[in-house]
Parts: sequence; C-alpha cells; structure tokens
Amino acid sequence: MSAVLQGDEAGKLLDAAIRRELPDERGRFGPFGGRYVPETLVPAFERLEDGVKEHLHEAAFQEEYRRELREWVGRPTALTYAPRLSKTWGADVWLKREDLAHTGAHKINNAIGQAILAKRLGAKRIIAETGAGQHGVASAAACARVGLPCTVYMGAVDIERQAPNVDRMHRLGAEVVAVESGDKTLRAAIDEALRAWVADPHGIYYLLGSAVGPHPYPYLVRELQSVIGEESRQQMLEQAGALPDVAFACVGGGSNAIGLFYPLLGDDIELIGVEAGGTGTGLGQNAATLATGTPGVLQGSYTIILQDDDGQVQETHSISAGLDYSGVGPEHAMLQATGRVKYISAEDDEALEALEELCAAEGILTALETSHAFAAAKKYAQQHPGAKILIGNSGRGDKDMPTLTKYPARIRSHAGA
Amino acid sequence: MPAHERIAAAITAANEAGRTALVPFITAGYPEPGEFIETLKAVARAGDVVELGIPFSDPMADGMTIQRSSFEALKKGVSLKWIFDQLDAAGDGIDTPLVMMSYLNPLLAFGYEALAERALAAGVCGFIVPDLPFEESGELRAALESHGLGLVQLVTPATPDDRLRTLCEASRGFVYAVTITGITGGGAGLPADLADYLDKVSGMSKIPVCAGFGIRAATDVAAVGQHANGAIVGSALVEVLEKSEDPGKFLGSLLG
Repeated sequence: MSAVLQGDEAGKLLDAAIRRELPDERGRFGPFGGRYVPETLVPAFERLEDGVKEHLHEAAFQEEYRRELREWVGRPTALTYAPRLSKTWGADVWLKREDLAHTGAHKINNAIGQAILAKRLGAKRIIAETGAGQHGVASAAACARVGLPCTVYMGAVDIERQAPNVDRMHRLGAEVVAVESGDKTLRAAIDEALRAWVADPHGIYYLLGSAVGPHPYPYLVRELQSVIGEESRQQMLEQAGALPDVAFACVGGGSNAIGLFYPLLGDDIELIGVEAGGTGTGLGQNAATLATGTPGVLQGSYTIILQDDDGQVQETHSISAGLDYSGVGPEHAMLQATGRVKYISAEDDEALEALEELCAAEGILTALETSHAFAAAKKYAQQHPGAKILIGNSGRGDKDMPTLTKYPARIRSHAGA
Repeated sequence: MPAHERIAAAITAANEAGRTALVPFITAGYPEPGEFIETLKAVARAGDVVELGIPFSDPMADGMTIQRSSFEALKKGVSLKWIFDQLDAAGDGIDTPLVMMSYLNPLLAFGYEALAERALAAGVCGFIVPDLPFEESGELRAALESHGLGLVQLVTPATPDDRLRTLCEASRGFVYAVTITGITGGGAGLPADLADYLDKVSGMSKIPVCAGFGIRAATDVAAVGQHANGAIVGSALVEVLEKSEDPGKFLGSLLG
C-alpha cells in the first residue's frame, strides 16, 4: 500500500487530515473516496450533499442531535477502568462503553443523526442495510423516534446468524428484506439498498450505517460518530489523568474506529485498527481488507478492497457479521497510507477467547466484532508492559448468542482470583 | 474514422432503412462460455450494435436477470481477458459494432491503457460504465478517446436539464436514455411520459439516442422508436437465451 502515496504526499495528506480539511470538495481523502454511482442517483447524492452542508453543523440540527444523544441515546457513555484485565495484562486498560448506548452499540449515534437529517430533508421513508443487525436495529429505533417508515436490507446469511436482532427490528416497526443475491451478507445488502434507492431517488433517504460508500457518506458518518473520540479524550483526561498511549478499535467498514480515532489524530497516541483475520490469510478466509487488499472501486468509493486480479470483489469470512465486508472506509485507506493508523488483524479463535476473558474479568459481554480489538490489545500489552490502553468497546454481545452457543465456554465464570 | 463513429453510423443506417435500430445486450459467456462467439454472432446478425456485458461481482444497477447471468458467468470463469481472447480468436467474423458494458472495477484492474488497446483490436467501439458518473470519468474517457473509442453516457428521467445537456455533449457513439427510474429488468412497463422525455433528450443530442431498460416486446420498441433512434434490449434477451430459444428469432419479432 505504501506505493499509493509518493514522497512527501503522505505527510501533507496527514497534515490536512489533522487540520480537518478532508475530505476535499470532491469527497476525496487524498486518492481515496469519491462518488461512483449510477446516473439515476447523481441528483439524489447532490441533494444529500447540499442537505449535509446546510444542516449538519447548523445550530438547530446540532441542538436536536445533541439533545437526542443525551436524553434518548444515553450519552455520554461511560469510560470504564478494567482493573482485573489490567492486572492480568500488566497494563492500564480503559474501555469506552458504546455497548451502553441505546440499542447496544455505537451505530445509534449515526442512525439518530441521519434520521433527524432525513426528516429535515423531507424524506418519505428510510432504507438501511445491516450486517450484524446493529445498524438495522439502530435505524429501526431512530426511524420510530422521528416518525418515518423504515425498511432494512439484510443478507440471508446474516439473518440466520443474528436472529435476535431481526426480531428486534420487527418489533421496532421496521420491515426486514432478506437479500438472497450475491454473497448474502453485508455487501449484498448494500447493493440491494442502492437498487431500491435507484427506484425512488426522490422519496427515499438511504441511511448508510458505516463510514463507507460514495461521498458524502464517509464524511457524514465520521462526523456523527466522532462523539466517541471526543468523549473518550475528555474522560481519559478526567478519570485517568492523561491521554492513553494507544487506542484500539475493530474495523469492518470502520465507523466506530473512525469515530474513536478522528478526534485523536493530532494527539501523541498510537492508533491501531483491528480487522477480522477469520480463519487464515488466504483469499476468502478473512475480512482483513487493509492488510491484504488492493485499491479499487467498490460500492461507490475508491478504497482498499478484497479482489482478484480481474477486479472481481471477493467474498470474506469472519465469525462476526459486522466485520464481514470486502471493503473499508476510504478514510481508513488514507490513514493507513499515511502511516498514522496501523491496521492489524485478529482471528476468529482469538476473538472468541478475548470475549470470554472480558466476560469473566469485568462482567461485560462484548460483541464479537469488538472482541477482535481486545484480542489485539492483549498482545500489545504483553509487548508494552504498563501501557495505558484505550479500547473502543463498540457494542454488546447479546446479539451473538446464536453464534456463541455453538462454542463451549472455555473459561468458567469464577476463574481467577 | 474513429471507432466510436461506427456506432452512430450503424444506428443511422438502420433509421435510414426505415427502422428503429436494435441494440441487443448479452452477458458475455452466459449461459455457456463455450457458446459465447456463436451466441454473439447470432445476436450481431439481428442487431445494429451489440452491447456486451462484462460480468461483475457487484452489479448494483442491475435487476435479478442480469445479476443472475453475471454471477453464473463469473462462476464459469468468464473474465475480461477471456472475453478479449475469444473476440480475437473469432477474427473478422463480426462486423456489427460492439459496445462493452462494464462496472468500473474490472476496467480499473485491467488498466485503462491496456484496455483501450485490446478493445480496439477486438472490434470494440465504445464502453458503457454504469457506476462511473461524468464527474469521475476524465481518466477513462481520455484513455478511450486517444484510441478513438467512445464513452457512452447514460441519462435518466431524474437528470436535470442542465446536466442532461452536459451529458449529451460528452457522450460518444450514442446517448443511452434510461427509460425508467429504476434498475434493469423491471416488469412495470414503460412510463406514460416517456415520449416527452425522449423528445427532450433527442432535442439536446447531436448523436443518436437509444432507449433502454424495460424494453421487452415489439410494442415497446415501436413506442420508443417514434422518439429515439434505437432500442436496447437486455434482460428480455438474456431470458430468451436462458431458455435456449433462438435469439435471432426473438430480436426479429421485436421489429414487428
């Protein structure tokens, strides 16, 4: 990937990112990003971009958004010190508790923000895609909150492995459409949502759930998720008395990671994104896009993707539906190319083990997605004794029970002192 | 003459012969890779320009039929390289101008310069790229034009007038007027205000206008034929090929 940026381009790009000048007018983070969409959607994207410019940073929108975050989502979410994990790992471990946000994950920060925006833009109904189901649940809840009908596109494979979330969406009033085409996971769900939008570009607002896709979504989602990093920064100073040495977040499309990292880019903090290493390094065995992918255009954005030599996008594997995606947000591609953020991966088994360890040590059942960040942080702690570690605990693991019941618990609940 | 002018010439020749130009679409290598050239020749005999679909893993602007054909062809090993090899091997047996329809990523992976060279050598005159809006198209357009190949622009009923003018101006070969607001293969029929829309596009374009999406029968071809130079037939033809029926006979029936 280092070949993408020549000479001092990387330094200049990183400076621009820290000065908060990216994306540029064309929706680019250096070479990455842009807007590759069917002609039918071009006017819809222009309206969306104008709407974002008009509302997102205006007082009226911000007042409503911040109020909803406070009174409905339950922000700020806690920063939790993890004493037993710290002792075992020989480090100082802090958790940013997005699992405590309404509906159980960081996804709600973006969903309620975009739902308020959709209402202001006069949308008749909202569509959304979902992988793990967390964004689907968050969208269903946010749509109910603002009073707009909601349709969620979800891959048939994901519907099976995330059954509790499908039921939650139904109860929150959303229609769930099973996507049987393509790989039947998140990527196919996004394709299908785009097709639905093409059919009604005027009436529909597409509430995209990750920092991926055509401009302005990567920007819009980052802005709405940055509350994670802003709060974390302040809470670390207040509770830990200092900023962390390192921050970890899991990366699928990368919305919780960009939300945590973006406000910390200018600080002296090592930033590490953790992708799904699946069952191995072969093509199709993992979803470690940034580790093994190459530049290409997927779902409207020039970014790093998992593809073969012919430019065909490859299917992925991860135990966690939320990380099971062949692309990654263009801003992460840029942050990797500049060297500011390091992207590594954790395998299925390591994530499962980390999930059990966190349950037993701190009484927190974290999501399988999030568990990848814990697995990587543990390894880091072994190499950096005494490090002050911040982990983005992006969501809770209740939704993963159908998957977890297939694996016997290896750590008893009273293991350890 | 540049290759892209062959496209307009073929469409104009059909119109001068008193008919609506037919632009059949097939997914390359579907249903059977082994019958690709044979199918292409049959379709080329019945059509004035052939739109050749390059399979892609994420066909976001296509409905179920084209998705199915795309996924199946990929499964059977069809790739852009393979298609060029087949076309090269077929030699000069196909006189009908070919236009390749491909999503952007396979073209990016192939490399624009190599793409233009091989396309020209294989008898391809132009490209249609459904996920490449005008604003992002500079690099590909330049590579194609330096070899005389055309980039066909799509316009839709949702396109505002000023943008419509820009796209008609930029398009080469023909202007692809999408008839409906939706994806390919829709069964809802052609919209009632189609005539006004096609007249508007034709009024702005200096090159032929071909209408596509939702054209399945002779009545559809007749309806668009009064207001556009050609009719593009995709999903309906792919379904005929799936049933192993004669594509030439089906295309012939569309001209009434």
